[in-house]
Amino acid sequence: METLVNEKQITTAKKTMSGAEAVICSLLAEGVETIFGYPGGAIMPIYDALYDYMDQVNHILVRHEQGAMHAAQGFARVRKEVGVVFATSGPGATNLITGIADAHTDSTPIVCITGQVPSSLLGTDAFQETDVIGISMPVTKWNHQITDAREIPEIIAKAFYIAKSGRPGPVVIDITKDAQFASMEFEYQKCSKIRTYHPVPKIKEEQLQQAASLINKSERPFLLVGQGILISEAQDILRSFIEKANIPAAWTILGLSALENSHPLNVGMLGMHGNYAPNLLTNECDVLIAVGMRFDDRVTGDLTKYARQAKVIHIDIDPSEIDKNVKADVPLIGDAKQVLEALLPLVSKKRHGPWLKRFKDLHKIEVEKVITPALYPQTPGILMGEVIRHISEATKGEAIIVTDVGQHQMVTSRYYNFKHPHSNVTSGGLGTMGFALPAAMGAKVGMPERPVVAIIGDGGFQMTLQELGTIFQYEIPVKIVILNNGFLGMVRQWQQMFFERRYSFTEMKNPDFIAIAGGFSIQGQKVSDRKHLVAAVKEMLGHPAAYLLEVVVEKEENVFPMIPSGAAVDDIRME
Amino acid sequence: MNKTKIEEEVTADNQELRSFNLSILTENKSGLLNAVTIIFTRRKINIESINVSETEVEGVSRYTIVIKTTREQVDKVVKRIRKLIDVFWAFVYESDEIFYQEIALYKVPTKVFLNGEKAEHLVRNNGARILVIEEDFIIIEKTGHQNETKDLLEKLKPYGVLEFVRSGRIAMSKSMRGTELFLQELHNHY
Ligand SMILES: Cc1ncc(C[n+]2csc(CCOP(=O)(O)OP(=O)(O)O)c2C)c(N)n1
Repeated sequence: METLVNEKQITTAKKTMSGAEAVICSLLAEGVETIFGYPGGAIMPIYDALYDYMDQVNHILVRHEQGAMHAAQGFARVRKEVGVVFATSGPGATNLITGIADAHTDSTPIVCITGQVPSSLLGTDAFQETDVIGISMPVTKWNHQITDAREIPEIIAKAFYIAKSGRPGPVVIDITKDAQFASMEFEYQKCSKIRTYHPVPKIKEEQLQQAASLINKSERPFLLVGQGILISEAQDILRSFIEKANIPAAWTILGLSALENSHPLNVGMLGMHGNYAPNLLTNECDVLIAVGMRFDDRVTGDLTKYARQAKVIHIDIDPSEIDKNVKADVPLIGDAKQVLEALLPLVSKKRHGPWLKRFKDLHKIEVEKVITPALYPQTPGILMGEVIRHISEATKGEAIIVTDVGQHQMVTSRYYNFKHPHSNVTSGGLGTMGFALPAAMGAKVGMPERPVVAIIGDGGFQMTLQELGTIFQYEIPVKIVILNNGFLGMVRQWQQMFFERRYSFTEMKNPDFIAIAGGFSIQGQKVSDRKHLVAAVKEMLGHPAAYLLEVVVEKEENVFPMIPSGAAVDDIRME
Repeated sequence: MNKTKIEEEVTADNQELRSFNLSILTENKSGLLNAVTIIFTRRKINIESINVSETEVEGVSRYTIVIKTTREQVDKVVKRIRKLIDVFWAFVYESDEIFYQEIALYKVPTKVFLNGEKAEHLVRNNGARILVIEEDFIIIEKTGHQNETKDLLEKLKPYGVLEFVRSGRIAMSKSMRGTELFLQELHNHY
């Protein structure tokens, strides 16, 4: 068996086996150690084959296929590997779709293997038949249906290559049941080339020169850090680059943790609930260098009033991102790390003292008006910001932080002090509530040696809380913090600010979360009083197993600063 | 920053609705048509015509798609199409950058041609030809641009057109470079 599954050995001896076994052997050949999945009729042959390989691959039975996707996403993001998911046909596959869409928007490499009804039944509305290829097409990087067992190794090799290379993304392989049963000659060869696909474009020398010249002439350069930095592992070269020319750098929510928060040139978060200085100064910089980010509307606000004064250098591996939202004066298409490496020797050392001081001065205003009151509040109830401060202090910024979607997500992104890259896992582009619990579980499976803390709203927790069952079964020691405000907080904030406080269906009668956790033998405690907070955080982190900490926070706290939807970045409001 | 006059003109030009011809070289793969068309669906761009056929290179297909949209939009769309894994490349042309044709078929009752020569003249004078003659009906074939095939339709109408069908546009660029050479160059570029 060894020779068949040895990752380092590219070609392997032929062996006769079923298509189902070929699926497992292909995954082993790709070095897969963990699969998140859920069985059902159409994928049973694959699960049966898995039974013989339990000693070589770890399969985690989730409680809902969406959970498998998010777990694989959490795993993929912290491990920098392809996440693998199994699901059955019909409802199993459709349950994956939200997660697939999330991975697609956030460029996360996932290979999903779905079972399909036998090929003779395709198109007959057979039991649990859905057009998985059709349904997943808009939200996958690539998909393919296999009806012939002989295709299995080649297609799986292709799937891994496509998912991981260039701008990563999810791939779906749909395998009919007859192809799983059929016998084939197994031989595996990794894929490193597809004739229609060129994942890493060559950098154009001329554009490098143009970019360097703009940067060298610039008096007020400003760099935007996107997830592309993390995907290409460009965090070290990024640091050298900004340090050499003293360029202030701000990040998108997915770029968070690429540059440690304590770095003097880290000027904070961009966008709707980002920091004051970077948003305001976007409209004052003279050269804007965007790296591996896509100018999402949550970052730019009103595009007609976004950085109009600046020359824009847009560095991205995906040519379709260039000029999509913001016109680039100098596009630099390529891998972020390669581009920054090529650019570094071309840029001159600069100080940019007065420009950097602008950031500091504006930041002081934000500290006084927003940050201090959020982190050291005088309010009767606990505020989200102080909880995050305590978690940040108690973990010394060393933890992997997984957030759900809503106010708590924005507060966590603003106030957790990250020290290491690949430590922030969140649903950025799709904003999928229910993401955090399963994603944290996947992240912990991927990085068992690091503390993983999930920070979730009371709303989002109730979207995927069944994954407590998975955490229980596999004893995954993930820490879960529910910031309970009794509301769908972010929506309530909008209702308060833009819909005259008409709280239409955003208040929730919540269950006893600690009792629910208890049902899964997960310990926990509920804190409503500030004076118990520090001890509770400490207890949670010190607990050897999974732990649920429910913190009852102020019901109607709002997250600031805020750029109202559709307003300009410099219309940022502090209250 | 205030926009200059030139910038304003460019913007206006970019936002004017016109016809664009997309020419897409792809692998011959099932499901790919769907992958291509949903790129338009998502942006609510209506496809005016579409044609898919194998090129002179075995296994390589060419899609010719005509859409009505703005320059700005078509530039974004074409990049999205290039991003599809099974697409070699996508070109975008305005109609004066290519040679193109469409083919139209017209079904008319045979008796029209028995009653005098007028209908036959129409066919001949309009560069059309008679494809088949059946006892009850005749099928006329005409190759041309849409205005030409439509023009003949209008002329035939008084005689009673039973059925009319027009193909999608097919087009060729004005370049001397064949598909094979282009694919080779593309390959060398990366
Ligand atoms: C699946 C899904 N449905 C709806 C939304 C819209 N939405 C965005 S934030 C939010 C409120 C989240 O409330 P909660 O989880 O309690 O977190 P909080 O904002 O209170 O921190 C809602 C409903 C969403 N993002 N995802």
